[in-house]
Amino acid sequence: MKVALFIPCYIDQFYPNVGIATLELLEKLGVEVDYPEQQTCCGQPMANSGFECYSKGSYELFVKNFKNYDYIVSPSGSCVYHVRHHFNIIDQSAEVVHIRDKTYELCDFIVNVLGNPQLKASFSKKVGLHQSCHGLRGLRLGQCSERVGEPFSFAESLLKQVEGIELIALGRKDECCGFGGTFAVSEEAISVKMGKDRLADHLEHGVEVLTGGDMSCLMHLGGLVKRGNQPIEVKHIAEILNSSC
Amino acid sequence: MLTHPEAAASFNKDEDRVNWHDKSLWFVRNKRDLAVNKIPKWEALRETASQIKFNVLSNLDTYLEEFEGKAKANGIQVHWAVDGDEHNRIVKSILDKHQAKKMVKSKSMLTEECHLNPYLEKHGIEVVDTDLGERIVQLAKEPPSHIVMPAIHKKKEEIDELFQETMGTEPANGDPQYLTNAAREDLREKFLNADVALTGVNFAIADTGGFVVCTNEGNADMGVHLAPVHIACMGMEKLIPKLEHLGVFLRLLARSATGQSITTYSSHFVKPREGQEMHIVIVDNGRTEQLARKDFLNSLKCIRCGACMNTCPIYRRSGGHSYGSVVPGPIGSILSPNTDMKKFSTLPFASTLCGSCSDVCPVKIDIHSQLYKWRQVIMKEHPDKLKKAAMQVNGKVFKYPWLYDFLGGFARKALKIMPKGIIYSKLNAWGKQRDLPEVPETNFKSWYKKNRRNNG
Repeated sequence: MKVALFIPCYIDQFYPNVGIATLELLEKLGVEVDYPEQQTCCGQPMANSGFECYSKGSYELFVKNFKNYDYIVSPSGSCVYHVRHHFNIIDQSAEVVHIRDKTYELCDFIVNVLGNPQLKASFSKKVGLHQSCHGLRGLRLGQCSERVGEPFSFAESLLKQVEGIELIALGRKDECCGFGGTFAVSEEAISVKMGKDRLADHLEHGVEVLTGGDMSCLMHLGGLVKRGNQPIEVKHIAEILNSSC
Repeated sequence: MLTHPEAAASFNKDEDRVNWHDKSLWFVRNKRDLAVNKIPKWEALRETASQIKFNVLSNLDTYLEEFEGKAKANGIQVHWAVDGDEHNRIVKSILDKHQAKKMVKSKSMLTEECHLNPYLEKHGIEVVDTDLGERIVQLAKEPPSHIVMPAIHKKKEEIDELFQETMGTEPANGDPQYLTNAAREDLREKFLNADVALTGVNFAIADTGGFVVCTNEGNADMGVHLAPVHIACMGMEKLIPKLEHLGVFLRLLARSATGQSITTYSSHFVKPREGQEMHIVIVDNGRTEQLARKDFLNSLKCIRCGACMNTCPIYRRSGGHSYGSVVPGPIGSILSPNTDMKKFSTLPFASTLCGSCSDVCPVKIDIHSQLYKWRQVIMKEHPDKLKKAAMQVNGKVFKYPWLYDFLGGFARKALKIMPKGIIYSKLNAWGKQRDLPEVPETNFKSWYKKNRRNNG
């Protein structure tokens, strides 16, 4: 099985530890992982701003970098969602169809491709899970509260395996945090208010570590935590699943 | 008109009010969740409704003609209006024919869309909205802020004051019972003296020529039963093919809207009673144009339940008026650009694309995908020049790995050495209330090259 790691641009630049945790976690689980070094971005920032025409170069580069792998794994539901659902303006060649089909969010890959193996992780903290929208409602990595059906969550099922962890139930279990890409700056007031409300939910329920599968949501929430000196840590789910503390 | 970000920022100056507004609507969203979870095949019901509506939109011409034929045969007079102006003129001509000076009206978003009230008032006709929420916003001289709960933005204490000013009520400390009774008494007199009753239409049934009006207050029935003339106004997409399809929609509508299993009144109108005149005005007003937009035609499936507003985290925190459109919220943001792309250009961007709207929609409109698609159309037709330039540069940076690597490293270094005062200048909207991430010593790519490449 040839697996490539896709590290989104902002994780590459600002959160190398998340990339490292993802890589180490996959290696621990016995996966041989390649990191194509010519990778940049999935093209989402331009496309969500209404300029998908300027994303074409990113799409084509993505296909070029990843076409020769069986699976492409990324610690970001949002970027995976973009690859799977929005690579529409380029020619839908067999290669393009392949990469769209085989790009996986990290938890999804571990549960559904690797078959939910034992993680042997331990993390003795009260953890609140932020269900990122693109993962939850876009990729259907869990049952969202809007729809009627059996509850499930790939991220939650992995976190439950972690020794010592206490998963905290929240007031609103899957409301958006308000990041939304350029929305975070173009609608600054609402974006911040949404983030503050999400954070308050975690704080009120005694969460010590806020985690999630999308570093972009966590960057937004983390920015609020830092500015407000809030007593809560923000960690990507890969860091918890890879930890042995 | 303020842009959505401007109006939303203004609404957010009063955080307590935002919290109150958010909680009021979240309460309704929760009620909806409880109600729909009692229907095990809820998702199948949504799919069925979605397909019925798709069939309607695909065969709209034939269903409309079928409906017209059947309605006429039942003795209903049918009128066609190409736009809001024609709709208003038709309504007025019916009023004129009867020398009517007083009209009561139950809730109709279509008449809001056509601006019927100001048009008729200009011509000396008294129009009274009889839905309590509509009556409140009418007295306050405001547009509705929600399509199902038009006065959801008003606190009961504010309604108390409004009633004191407009109806001369006693101060009642916002007591809902007192205020409702006061409105009821005031409206009773209007009902009794109305020359004409106007209603909206929730569902028009092609194979019977009848139509259904759903209310919780019985105000549509009260008006229609007392007045000698009934005018029903409907957007041309309100059709369903057969009476047997109605059950699907009635089960979905109230549960999605308010968490009720059904509206208190689901009134069927088939033909005028003896001595009464019944009219239907079928309105296009841009719907044909929307129907021709392949990516957006599904928006016409909307049954106006308002569930997308109640669930939308942006709507709940910016208020319905921030959208500046007749229909606010997510569905309004995909309907309004069809009528005026420039005026409503910020609406498709008033979303994080979280997708909650699409998942509550009882007719499965892919609202968030359409928001994404409207963004592409709007930036093509009316580009934001600054954003365009920035995105063009981004596109180049991400196209060339060497440029991305170089600029990424450069930006991290710059952020490390630049004084905080410059980083957090007024131009940095991110940094107004949030910190930027701490800049790491190295990026992942460099770490990988050092620690993994050729090591294995």
